[in-house]
Amino acid sequence: MLHDFFQGLVDYQFLQNALITSIMVGISAGVIGSFIILRGMSLMGDAISHAVLPGVAISYMLGSSYIIGATFFGIFSAALIGFVGKHSRLKNDTAIGIVFSSFFALGIILISFARSATDLYHILFGNVLAVRDSDMYLTAIVMVIVLLAVLLFYKQLKLTSFAPTMAQSYGWNISLINYGLMFLLTLVAVTSLQTVGTILVIAMLITPAATAYQLTNKLSLMVGLSTLFGVLSAIIGLYFSYSYNLPSGATIVMTAAVFFIAAFLFSPSKGLIQQLRKERMYEA
Amino acid sequence: MKTIRVENLSVAYRGKIALQHVNLELSAGKLTGIVGPNGAGKSTLMKGILQLIKTQSGKIFYGEEPINKQRQKIAYVEQRQDIDLSFPIDVLGVVLFGTYPHLRMFQRPGKQEKKLAAECLEKVGLSEFSGRQISELSGGQLQRVFIARALAQQAEWILLDEPFAGIDATSEKIIIDLLKELRDEGKSIVIVHHDLHKVTDYFDEVILLNKGLIASGPVAQTYTAKNMEKTYGSEIAQTMRVGGVDFAT
Repeated sequence: MLHDFFQGLVDYQFLQNALITSIMVGISAGVIGSFIILRGMSLMGDAISHAVLPGVAISYMLGSSYIIGATFFGIFSAALIGFVGKHSRLKNDTAIGIVFSSFFALGIILISFARSATDLYHILFGNVLAVRDSDMYLTAIVMVIVLLAVLLFYKQLKLTSFAPTMAQSYGWNISLINYGLMFLLTLVAVTSLQTVGTILVIAMLITPAATAYQLTNKLSLMVGLSTLFGVLSAIIGLYFSYSYNLPSGATIVMTAAVFFIAAFLFSPSKGLIQQLRKERMYEA
Repeated sequence: MKTIRVENLSVAYRGKIALQHVNLELSAGKLTGIVGPNGAGKSTLMKGILQLIKTQSGKIFYGEEPINKQRQKIAYVEQRQDIDLSFPIDVLGVVLFGTYPHLRMFQRPGKQEKKLAAECLEKVGLSEFSGRQISELSGGQLQRVFIARALAQQAEWILLDEPFAGIDATSEKIIIDLLKELRDEGKSIVIVHHDLHKVTDYFDEVILLNKGLIASGPVAQTYTAKNMEKTYGSEIAQTMRVGGVDFAT
């Protein structure tokens, strides 16, 4: 099986593209995801990754690159969620739920007009084995932007994730930093469409980061580990997808979930088993 | 030393007035308490001074300059409940945040900053906890870590919002002694406070609030039964007196 996969990698360019793209998505999502979960923005991440759908559809109709339309709708939905939350007494998660489901529904309608049902299926669930060169380059550019931004603004991201009010008392523009992060999140969500599809993008963002969180108490290490789990999930998931002819999004996400379950149970510091052992020690 | 001056500060949340037309000057080099009933706008005043919230009106000056230009001179210690204790960071890392306002945009804290942070942690007596995850600390220790963070900021002023909330008496004593020591070394300290038993012990000056300024000044002249009646209403002030609250006169 493993041999077939490697042979496939040598023989088929589509498989090479798929692997490289998945790895790059794993890296970008792992890095951004760490900050998303620490800021309690997981639901926001899910919302943005769904809300890009109308942008994809409109871009397709106009024949332009889907990244522009998708990014626009990603940022627009984030702003709209903020607006609805601020000008109503609704809780934030309700505002998120309303905005993203509406955008998603709009996206489905637009795609149904523009394309066949098969295309919709691919957008929803990903089709990494059909990644074009142009998609791969786009993913590479996004990865470089994400890595550069996090490297340059690591300090800002760290403090605003930990204590936004403290950052504000330093005179920092925290909403600018917040929207910057949402912009990066949108870019990652868009490039993840190909590999895992709209519905499962959230898993790439938060599952490797949550796995890393279980294993360390140091932010820089968490970001590193999250990236590692993102990449491993991409590679292993792609292997199962290719070998057993399964949708790549599902196999990648399931792999990430297996890593999480292992960390959830067996983490030396925060794992469930360790916690139970400690409790028993106190009882004794 | 420069004072903080508040001119005509008004704040409203969703159309409800939280604070109206506050004019006051905070004296430098003193320990000042902000006192008033629940919902009097104590925290709001502090956040308003620091321009952390939207205000209806008002100007805040540090010396003669608008406060926005001198933010690094004023450290803000927010309520402990607003801090995410599950964040992957150790104690020294939190203190290190204090050095951030002095760093350039892309600059990371280096050796010099880490040395300063370690010194500040020593000052609050928590050097041995340097590498601990913050969730392992008690409430009182955590509060001292945040004070160390304020020291690392090299601020002239330290503003603390309810630092004694949910903290045992021993820890509270350690913290107030630390704050008095810092005052004696020339820092100016402002505290949002709700326990009226300690006002005369703790503070040099007091600000009495109830949706507006009732009175402010040295404790001896300000923390009077008459002013407390104005702040809390006569019935409650009477109950306090029976309950053993020491007013200044």
